[in-house]
Amino acid sequence: MSTPVLSVRDLVVEIPTRHGILRPVDHVSYDIHAGEILGVVGESGAGKSMTGNAVIGLLDPPARITVGQILLSGEPVHALKGEKLRRLRGKRMAMIFQDPLTSLNPLLTVGEQLEETILEHMNVSQAEARRRAVAQLEEVGIPAAEARIGSYPHEFSGGMRQRVVIALALCAEPELVIADEPTTALDVSVQAQIIALLKRLCRERGVAVMLVTHDMGVIAEAADRVAVMYAGRLAELGPVREVLTRAHHPYTAGLMASTPLASQGRKRLVQIPGAMPRLGNLPQGCAFHPRCDRAQDVCRRDPGPTLDAYRGRAACWFPLNTEEKAAT
Amino acid sequence: MSALIKVEGLTRVFDVSKPWLNRVIERKPRALLTAVSDVSFEIEENSVYALVGESGSGKSTIGKIMVGLVPPSKGKVEVDGVDLATEKDNAKVEAVRAEIQMIFQDPYASLNPRWRVRNIIAEPVAAKGGDTKGLAEKLLEQVGLSAADASKYPHEFSGGQRQRICIARALASNPKIIVCDEPTSALDVSVQSQVLNLMTDLREELGLTYLFISHDLTVVQHMADKIGVLYLGRLVEEAPRDRLFSAPKHPYTQMLFDAAPRMDAFGREVEPPKGEIPDAINPPPGCAFHPRCPIAIDRCRTERPLMRPIGDTRVACHRAE
Amino acid sequence: MPLSDRQSDATTIADSARVAGPSRARRMWDSDFGYAFRRAPVAMISFAVVILLVLAALLAPWIAPHDPFNPATLNLMNGFTPPMQANAFTGDFFLLGTDDQGRDVFSTILYGMRISLFVGFAAVFLGLVIGVTLGLLAGYVGGWAETIIMRVADVQLTFPAILVAMLIFGIAKGVTPPEYRDQMAIWVLILAIGLSDWVQFARVVRGATLVEKNREYVQAARLIGRTPFAIMLRHILPNVLNPVLVIATISLALAIIAEATLSFLGVGAPPTKPSLGTLIRIGQEFMFSGEWWILFFPALTLLALALSINLLGDWLRDALNPKLR
Repeated sequence: MSTPVLSVRDLVVEIPTRHGILRPVDHVSYDIHAGEILGVVGESGAGKSMTGNAVIGLLDPPARITVGQILLSGEPVHALKGEKLRRLRGKRMAMIFQDPLTSLNPLLTVGEQLEETILEHMNVSQAEARRRAVAQLEEVGIPAAEARIGSYPHEFSGGMRQRVVIALALCAEPELVIADEPTTALDVSVQAQIIALLKRLCRERGVAVMLVTHDMGVIAEAADRVAVMYAGRLAELGPVREVLTRAHHPYTAGLMASTPLASQGRKRLVQIPGAMPRLGNLPQGCAFHPRCDRAQDVCRRDPGPTLDAYRGRAACWFPLNTEEKAAT
Repeated sequence: MSALIKVEGLTRVFDVSKPWLNRVIERKPRALLTAVSDVSFEIEENSVYALVGESGSGKSTIGKIMVGLVPPSKGKVEVDGVDLATEKDNAKVEAVRAEIQMIFQDPYASLNPRWRVRNIIAEPVAAKGGDTKGLAEKLLEQVGLSAADASKYPHEFSGGQRQRICIARALASNPKIIVCDEPTSALDVSVQSQVLNLMTDLREELGLTYLFISHDLTVVQHMADKIGVLYLGRLVEEAPRDRLFSAPKHPYTQMLFDAAPRMDAFGREVEPPKGEIPDAINPPPGCAFHPRCPIAIDRCRTERPLMRPIGDTRVACHRAE
Repeated sequence: MPLSDRQSDATTIADSARVAGPSRARRMWDSDFGYAFRRAPVAMISFAVVILLVLAALLAPWIAPHDPFNPATLNLMNGFTPPMQANAFTGDFFLLGTDDQGRDVFSTILYGMRISLFVGFAAVFLGLVIGVTLGLLAGYVGGWAETIIMRVADVQLTFPAILVAMLIFGIAKGVTPPEYRDQMAIWVLILAIGLSDWVQFARVVRGATLVEKNREYVQAARLIGRTPFAIMLRHILPNVLNPVLVIATISLALAIIAEATLSFLGVGAPPTKPSLGTLIRIGQEFMFSGEWWILFFPALTLLALALSINLLGDWLRDALNPKLR
């Protein structure tokens, strides 16, 4: 197997507070290969955005990585600081944020912003940078790119703006793109366009994409593999079709069942009781046990097996849907 | 069954022009945004009527007109046979107004952070000088929280719990109708199902009627009896739930269905819909959807289609059959 | 669906009810706000200094060794006694020395601070009431009310506050009969300073009101038919008080300085009822003739008071700003 573009190994992010140390990311491991989209899902506060921020070095102090490794194409990057980290960002990994308006500088034209990024990270002439900027805008589907390169961000519609953000993320030809809720602020019809665009670029360019979202539908449609997070831990990791149709972790199963689509035709929706515990208030043992109908004594005592990137699929003592697998 | 709510020819125009002096200097005309344009529908008692649409479709404006937060520019809303805009008898209007309550989208912004939950819930009754003893406690239990929660402040609750408090408050004045403006779109999936179930239960227990406003087709499909699809302030299609989902008649409805992400659509490769929602200040002439419509003909570019019934669907499209 | 079932859905795990047990002060100390306070030495020291000075001023009649305003107790022979020394003629001892008339400087400072603080607090209170009321009106009602209020505020802001205060002071002096002038001086001061600093309150409250007005809890109150007055008072006002508190603190320091400035210029508190500013004015006459203490100690007190209130205000602004946390 080739070296994965991104390898996260046993990552722990901690935030010291006056009430004790919080762990928004707790022993998380996963890989993303070139040309692959890994979907990271979870409810708000599950730690999904925090893993993305940790990877690209955007943790706000006092949050910090205390344990674990982040490898970019086999090269450790979690300890990089200052200039080295800055060069890495934009060049080898890029980020797409939820709100396209705030991630573009309103005072510069989109052309200036693209050219600036290209000149910063690639060794090309001014004219070449401009040519590439136009080509990049064309590639993300902005009509009449040549004419629109002199426009300011506010002159674009929401969907077009998110396309510009994607062009900006991709213009230095990074190996890894982290997309944090890239379609949440968009309308359904535009969301479909952006997802299709992300998928196409990922495939054509062989970029590894980490797609952070709370929307199971988006994951189903876009991701190759999915990582389900719960209270800072990885609950389940596997191929998207497998995980979504035959979940091993009771949380994933509950999440899938409680979507209105899965309960179609029923009068009441299937529901998981309770809500995700706050980070400062995690129960002993498996964080999901108070909401889990399969919980037994061991779940209340021991947090259960940590999910390694290759071994096991669900961090659960009593996983579901495993019979068939045992047979084969 | 007779209609509890009748909405006829509802239109709301917002003046979004710049200040007068700027307009004179920049030589720009007034900018008028037609948020809702000639919308008519009826809601039957104890049913759920859903309005779906993307941003700029006017669905929230209709909700605000219903509860009286925004006055209509034209058209009327009739509740229980009382026309809220023209009825002269103030007592009657007041009585009807008290029967309509609203649940907002953002449970973090819709509770006054400086008030105790008890006072928040009892306010609709207290404002009218009613008896509020034990009211908050009773309602909290009704929505699945505990009576002891009454003396806490909103920040001590999670999003789902806050939305339950909002529901309790909406129920305080014994309303018949509740306008729900995206009640679960700020909530996580596992909490969303709890809140939707609670709303379903309450409707049965209390005989409520919901006007349910949402952009989420799966939620609407679960909750609604009848659905109206809005595009750029216009009602383009209205049908009973099963009819709409099995046989959408308007090309926009079809497009929405195709574009919505689906849980079972692994690696789906479809041509995404073309174009974006046009500017509501200068909507396209004729049918507002024609620039994005795959089956548009010349007539669509010039003549606005009127709502016409096809079976139990009503649709505003020249080409629908 | 059974009730208990529904309840278990909603109760957050381990998010047990926090019972309101200990006293309000205890809870304040344990809160995030109290925690931030304990972690800020500057704030703690400033707070201690302010409390000390305010207490000293309040208790002046009991702790002052002399009554500086009772001519019967004054002995001109005690004039110009240096600090920490016994008077050469009378043998009386004065902690911070005496002035030309033999008044104990320590006692005059305590009594002067009373007047300075009283004028400061009262002026800020006046400015706050006017500013908050007009700010709420401008923000919530909008339209012509907003235009008029904010334009008046803009015009007033183009003059230095002290000029406005002097103008008001001058007018008030002109309309009061001469025999009441000394009596009225303090109230005129309060009016002058209060009217000159309402603008800040009004601007901040208007801004905060514009934000709160569009939040859904205000809409919810509107749709149950609450009057605009009730919404402004009960809903919006409690939610705009944080910035008001910060501005009030900083205004207090400014008001005390403004009072001192006016008194120093001779248009404030009369020499018979001297404030810190009056004392400084009296003191500066002797600064170059060797009797430095008459000026130095009142000035030092004013500096300590204004500085610590200001530092406290600065810290409050940071602590109450959720964005900076």
